Amino acid sequence: MSKYEITIGIECHVQLSTKTKLFSEVDNDARGKEPNSCVSPVDYALPGMLPRLNGEAIKFAIRAGKAMNCEINKHSRFDRKHYFYPDSPKGYQITQFYHPIIGAGYIELPDGTKVRIEHAHLEGDAGKLSHFGNYSLVDLNRVDTPLIEIVSMPDIHSAKQAHDYCKELWRAMVYAEVTNGDLYNGNMRFDVNISLAKEGAKELGTRAEIKNLNSFRSVEHAVEYEYERQAKILDKGEKVVQETRGWSDATGKTTPQRSKEEAQDYRYMPEPDLPPINLSQEFIDKEAAKLPTTPKAYREKFSGTIASDTLEILLDYKPLMEKLEEITNLFSGDIRDNGSELSKEPRNDGSDAAAREKTIGKISNWFASVLLAEEKSAEYLNDLPSAKQLANLAEMTEKKELSSTGAKEVFLRLFDPQMKIKEAKEIAKELNLLQENNLDALEKIVDEILADPATKKAQEDFKAGQEKVIGFLVGQVMKASKGKANPSVAQEILRQKLKN
Amino acid sequence: MKIANKTVTATQLVKDALEKAKHFEEYNIFTFLNEEGALRKAAEIDAKIAKGEKVGKLAGVPYAFKDNFLSPEGPTTASSKILSPLVSPITATAIKKLEAEGAIMIGRTNMDSFAHGSSTENSYFGPTLNSADKTRVAGGSSGGSAVAVALDIVEFATGTDTGGSIRQPASFNGIYGLKPTYGTISRYGVVAMASSTDCIGFFTKTPDDMDLLMSITAGQDANDLTTLPDYYETSEIKEVKKVGIIKEFDNDSVSSELKSALNKKVDQLKKQGYEIVELSMPALKYALAVYYIIVPAEIASNLSRYDGIRYGYRSDNITDLESIYTSSRNEGFMDENKRRIMIGNFVLSSGFYDAYYLKAQKARTLIIKEYEEAFKKCDVILTPVAPNQAFKLGEKINDPVSMYLEDVMSVPINLAGLPGLTIPAGTGENGLPTGLQLIGPRRSDKTLINFAKELA
Repeated sequence: MSKYEITIGIECHVQLSTKTKLFSEVDNDARGKEPNSCVSPVDYALPGMLPRLNGEAIKFAIRAGKAMNCEINKHSRFDRKHYFYPDSPKGYQITQFYHPIIGAGYIELPDGTKVRIEHAHLEGDAGKLSHFGNYSLVDLNRVDTPLIEIVSMPDIHSAKQAHDYCKELWRAMVYAEVTNGDLYNGNMRFDVNISLAKEGAKELGTRAEIKNLNSFRSVEHAVEYEYERQAKILDKGEKVVQETRGWSDATGKTTPQRSKEEAQDYRYMPEPDLPPINLSQEFIDKEAAKLPTTPKAYREKFSGTIASDTLEILLDYKPLMEKLEEITNLFSGDIRDNGSELSKEPRNDGSDAAAREKTIGKISNWFASVLLAEEKSAEYLNDLPSAKQLANLAEMTEKKELSSTGAKEVFLRLFDPQMKIKEAKEIAKELNLLQENNLDALEKIVDEILADPATKKAQEDFKAGQEKVIGFLVGQVMKASKGKANPSVAQEILRQKLKN
Repeated sequence: MKIANKTVTATQLVKDALEKAKHFEEYNIFTFLNEEGALRKAAEIDAKIAKGEKVGKLAGVPYAFKDNFLSPEGPTTASSKILSPLVSPITATAIKKLEAEGAIMIGRTNMDSFAHGSSTENSYFGPTLNSADKTRVAGGSSGGSAVAVALDIVEFATGTDTGGSIRQPASFNGIYGLKPTYGTISRYGVVAMASSTDCIGFFTKTPDDMDLLMSITAGQDANDLTTLPDYYETSEIKEVKKVGIIKEFDNDSVSSELKSALNKKVDQLKKQGYEIVELSMPALKYALAVYYIIVPAEIASNLSRYDGIRYGYRSDNITDLESIYTSSRNEGFMDENKRRIMIGNFVLSSGFYDAYYLKAQKARTLIIKEYEEAFKKCDVILTPVAPNQAFKLGEKINDPVSMYLEDVMSVPINLAGLPGLTIPAGTGENGLPTGLQLIGPRRSDKTLINFAKELA
């Protein structure tokens, strides 16, 4: 097989989580509701009904646009895109074909690649069809749920990048709080355009469009499959057909759906029932200011503190990043001086920044390796312990009041609805996990162990140079302290005493 | 108009109206008679009056509305097969406002199916006959409403005017008919024809009645984002001094009866001391072509929802999804509907959009500008509504182009969004009514109505 350069552009539909639909006052959240129960006469296209424009959707679009570093167009308007299908009660979709609300911008991938956004526009979603034997049922609950369709430039050149772009876009939308981001339920759907050209070729090859992918993995696998498929065709000297293809997760293959010749003529026309949207700079700025911290900003902020692979895992969970941000804030400004335990305790190193980094380091590791490994993690994410609880736990560990195993145990208990009202220290005490750091008390135990004739031989062996024996002695101290002794402190005292 | 009070009961007014409606049955005016509902409402109003309770400005006034208005009273068919049966859960904003003032709907009136036509011959229920000559058309598309008022069955009736559908039948039947400024009365709950030109308006016997109905129904509606902020009640009546007449409309296609009606009116105006200004408006010759591009495009789009899936007519000849659409639409729409759907889809199709639709929109802007220029020279414009009086039934129905030409003088103001008021201009030597229209700048509706009073 020859080497080909792959070029990918992605269109993504994002369902906005506005309270009501784009053109009516009906509930936009149909989760768990009866089919056709969230439908107004406007949505099912009773004659004489006219669309009303949901102002919240405009605000969401501004936030979404800003989350992609996009220009927001002060002037935009709606158009009608016509097609007949039972999922489209009006016989047309109200979209923005000529003048979209969101202009050019970009999404930056974790590897620093910038994928340019061509534009993004507002439109209404279609209904859902279910097919049974010789009949089909229509559910219009989803009709005119607000969508933004985000159109990328063909700046993506590998399956991995396609995956990363979709994920980064998903993060951007979730962090901007414009969508529930539930991929399984179709809150974001990807159409991927893929073409191959000989390396160094100036013109792009003929593209195929893989429609309606709803997971990052499907995107990645579909691109890999298409590369192979198109490369084989080109190797044979044949031409790739411009067409729409579907992807099956089950077979791992794309199959043709509609060729260019069969493509519909949508007969676009300006929507005469909706006046143009004219936004003032003031209004745009006001909404843009409400954009919460972006994933990119979090990445930049924590990249020095959290290992990049851990950080990339945590970035999938907005609540965790927010919590880390909150914890960071404990270390600066007024919060530190509010009389909390954290602010009262003097720090070993005296450096706020260093303490902060250690705390964030510990907690981010617990998040990634303990919390996310838990079966109930999804549930836990909805209700995290307070920043102070977590920071206190990190501090206790730092001060060796807890072993690392003990810390993990207390950490998990902090998510337990029964326990989370308590402070970390209280939980550690209840679980009997506090380590003995009191030097006098430890010295006493060590003295007792060394005085015990049963350790005589071990002491002699150690003095004769058998390093390994120290472990046995530490073990004895631990046993005598019922596990509460800090083993490293115990070892230090033992070495000191045996040296003399 | 007669309003119910202690001596004249609403029940009596409604009974009289229903009786007349039945008397004139052969005119085929109504698609639905609201006997039971109307009498029930009349009794309610009479009870209120008897108790001395406050009643509305239109208490007990019998009226009719065009069958493209939605209301749970009777089936809304738009005189089509594809919409029958449709009983609406919604009441149109205009109807709500009228009924809140006590008006009582005694029937839904016949129209060209989906308001496509200029004669009410394109109705699924057959044509309505002209009030002055039963062998002639009522005009259209709001023919039923015009004849209901002209025959004095009701005090007023609603209509819709997309290209002349109120003004032309008003003129064919010798009554007043107003197409307000675009966006004055909410379109919510009215079966759409062409969204950017559709206007709700009325047929009345006097300008005073028109003023009353406008003050009740005009106003911004959150359910119709194209409505203008309230202006009617507060708008100032401008004193009319200069009346414009359009040079280009004085041509061979205009009948001698209409020419003489216009000349008589001009002479009257001169005698009354008005200045007559001759206007040249060359862009108006494009109006009909522009109209028959933009309007069919919007029609094709607005009629897409009639697909036999959720309501209305569904064909029995169904084998698959495609045939639900093709058979239901083919059997449910009338020829004129199909003609306009085809024209509309053609001009919107990819590759033709720029050449037709976009170009038409540019020409539309020229027409708007030409009116703006004209109103710098005069206060109102006076023209015929249509080149002819009511024509014979069947005369033009098989010649769509000659039927479209009937709209040549009425469509320009729909494209420009201006108000136009048909005023009766006497009967011609042939005994048929003639009408003329007063046209004013946007939001000059009240001035037009007031001027009509001066001319009456």
